[in-house]
Amino acid sequence: MTIFRHRPGLVPLLLLVPGIAWLAVFYVYPAFQMFLSSFWSGSLERGFSFSLANWTTYGAALDRYKEQFLRSILYATAATILTFLVSYPLAWTIAFKAGRWKNVLVFLVIAPFFTSFLLRTVSWKILLGDDGIALGPLKQLGLLPDEFRVLATPIAVVFGITYNFLPFMTLPIYVSLEKIDVRLVEAARDLYAGPWRRSGAIFGGVLGGIVAAVLAWIFELPVVPLAAVGALAGAMIAGLLISEAFVRVTLPLSMPGVFAGSLLVVIPAIGDYVNATLLGTTSTTMIGNVIQSRYLVSNDYPTAAALSFIMMAGILLAVAAYARALGTENLTAGRGL
Amino acid sequence: MADVAVRLTQLTKRFGGDATGRRVAKFVDGATPGDSILAVDHIDLEVRDREFFSLLGPSGCGKTTTLRMIGGFEQPTSGRIELAGEDVTWLPPYQRNVNTVFQNYALFPHLTVFENVAFGLRRRKVADGEVRTRVTEMLALVELPGYERRKPGQLSGGQAQRVALARALVNKPAVLLLDEPLGALDLKLRKQMQVELKRIQQEVGITFIYVTHDQEEAMTMSDRIAVMSRGRYEQLGDPEVLYEHPKTRFVAGFLGVSNLLPATRAGSVNGYAGFRLGSGTAVRVPLTLLEGRAAGYAVGVRPEKIRLFEPKDEVPAGLNQAPGVISDASYLGVSTQYIVTLADGHRVTVYEQNVQRATKAELWASGEQVVLAWAPEHCFVVEDGGATDTASIETPSPEPVVA
Repeated sequence: MTIFRHRPGLVPLLLLVPGIAWLAVFYVYPAFQMFLSSFWSGSLERGFSFSLANWTTYGAALDRYKEQFLRSILYATAATILTFLVSYPLAWTIAFKAGRWKNVLVFLVIAPFFTSFLLRTVSWKILLGDDGIALGPLKQLGLLPDEFRVLATPIAVVFGITYNFLPFMTLPIYVSLEKIDVRLVEAARDLYAGPWRRSGAIFGGVLGGIVAAVLAWIFELPVVPLAAVGALAGAMIAGLLISEAFVRVTLPLSMPGVFAGSLLVVIPAIGDYVNATLLGTTSTTMIGNVIQSRYLVSNDYPTAAALSFIMMAGILLAVAAYARALGTENLTAGRGL
Repeated sequence: MADVAVRLTQLTKRFGGDATGRRVAKFVDGATPGDSILAVDHIDLEVRDREFFSLLGPSGCGKTTTLRMIGGFEQPTSGRIELAGEDVTWLPPYQRNVNTVFQNYALFPHLTVFENVAFGLRRRKVADGEVRTRVTEMLALVELPGYERRKPGQLSGGQAQRVALARALVNKPAVLLLDEPLGALDLKLRKQMQVELKRIQQEVGITFIYVTHDQEEAMTMSDRIAVMSRGRYEQLGDPEVLYEHPKTRFVAGFLGVSNLLPATRAGSVNGYAGFRLGSGTAVRVPLTLLEGRAAGYAVGVRPEKIRLFEPKDEVPAGLNQAPGVISDASYLGVSTQYIVTLADGHRVTVYEQNVQRATKAELWASGEQVVLAWAPEHCFVVEDGGATDTASIETPSPEPVVA
């Protein structure tokens, strides 16, 4: 082993070999194959042939499925917003208020993962059924009209995605909150950071209104009344519950977690097809469903491959823009003290 | 009430068996988690305006809890806190005109040095122009001009310490609370910062309340010191009084090195009280030093006050003397430290300055017979708790306490 003694720089390279080999064999090669197949033409029966002239497949695919693309982006965005709204208070409570229950609660956050993804989503189908345990009793009491439904609506699909990806948001936020020294919050309070009150109420009201309006629009619900409800809720939460110490110290220091969590949710959510298949209808089809059916049902490999690469490029661009906007380097640099 | 900056009245803090209590219990010897812990025990204290006041004590003595209650981070179980005559006991930290320099500084890692220092001013909605002037002035005061755009992660320990100080002082608080601010610095930097802190305090004219377990640090900077133990302070006074005339065994042991010899009263003559040491030797102590001490005494003398003589030498009249044998000698540079064993087995520490020796040309060697001599006025008398070993200042407490 003298070679390592003389060239210590070799050790990290050697440690990278398994990972690189794995990715090369199981990711780079198939991805490259997939990329080539997007330039194929022909059919499974007659055989495929490769030609660079087939780049037109991209334009055609984008044009034909732009509705599903847009829907995927909207549903994934809505699910990301919802996971954030649920996760942040949850992660904050676990990190700062749970005391010795911390580990139990973190375990409970990931507990659903012990059941299969498919099974969990199927069980939502039963739960949200038109006469299921959630809606049935309410309908019998006359609180909801008989034709009211959640299943087979955008709400069901987005809520399904939200539920399935919740831990991916909660855990990174929890980790970044957990690292924050409570003395920083004390220091902020010492330096006159009190309740957020008036400016908080204004800020929370505007933000709550916008978020509620966006969600209402995606869910095809009445926009104006929901925006009003959202504005009111946002104003109350920010004005009464949130302190300036949180806004100036805790929140900025937890942004790396929010950044990581939202990427971990939004990327798989855009490509997800299980929730749309099980909880939605043909009018809630996402791009993942299209790729899946193009590939496995129609055997239209070129279109499926082109759609995959359009999605991948789109996500890469969006993530780059997001990283630049949030400036994670600024947020993570200098956390030494 | 301008001359009293902070007044504590019967201030008490008891931690319950909750999460905070368990965290606190870790710092306290003999406390079991789940116990309720009396961290601060009915303290009455007045800190004068513009004073450099130190709370000195070992970890677990209640000094930090006291400071945190003044800052508003901990709510007292009972008692009252007044700032410049105003009752602030139940006010949150952001409504108190005090600022804190935290242990390990607690600088905001996501903000620049400028924004760290400007934090308090911005929360108080001070105009931009004034923020810039005051932050710049303050960075000049702590000798960090030009560091505005750095992040805390790019600062050395000493620099971070100065930023923490600037961040608190820029708000011109009535009282500045400092929680072991120099604890994380190395010795040389710590000495330098001690001088620096004192200079800054005199320059800005703000009351400092300083928490430390380092007696030398407290002595260097403080106008007055309260030596704390087990949730109360044992003695309050200026550094000289505390060093020269400690009232209790604990104070004597905590500030500097002291020789404490259990003694029994043996009459008084001419304003001097007679004592008989365990070895049978008689010593004299001015009667005034007994004031305020309950019976059951130990007589103390600081190591640098003792002179060594050969048995054949004539000891100047009027000095207390005791024969002994040198059992250890260590050359320390400035001085030489001797351990002398008395006839009854008590070990006494003696420091002899390494100047031209008055009585003997060379250093004393182990095994040599000597006579210890010291002036009665250099004695102090403490109430003796019964323990005989001068090193054991930690006596088991009936009720566990905390820092």
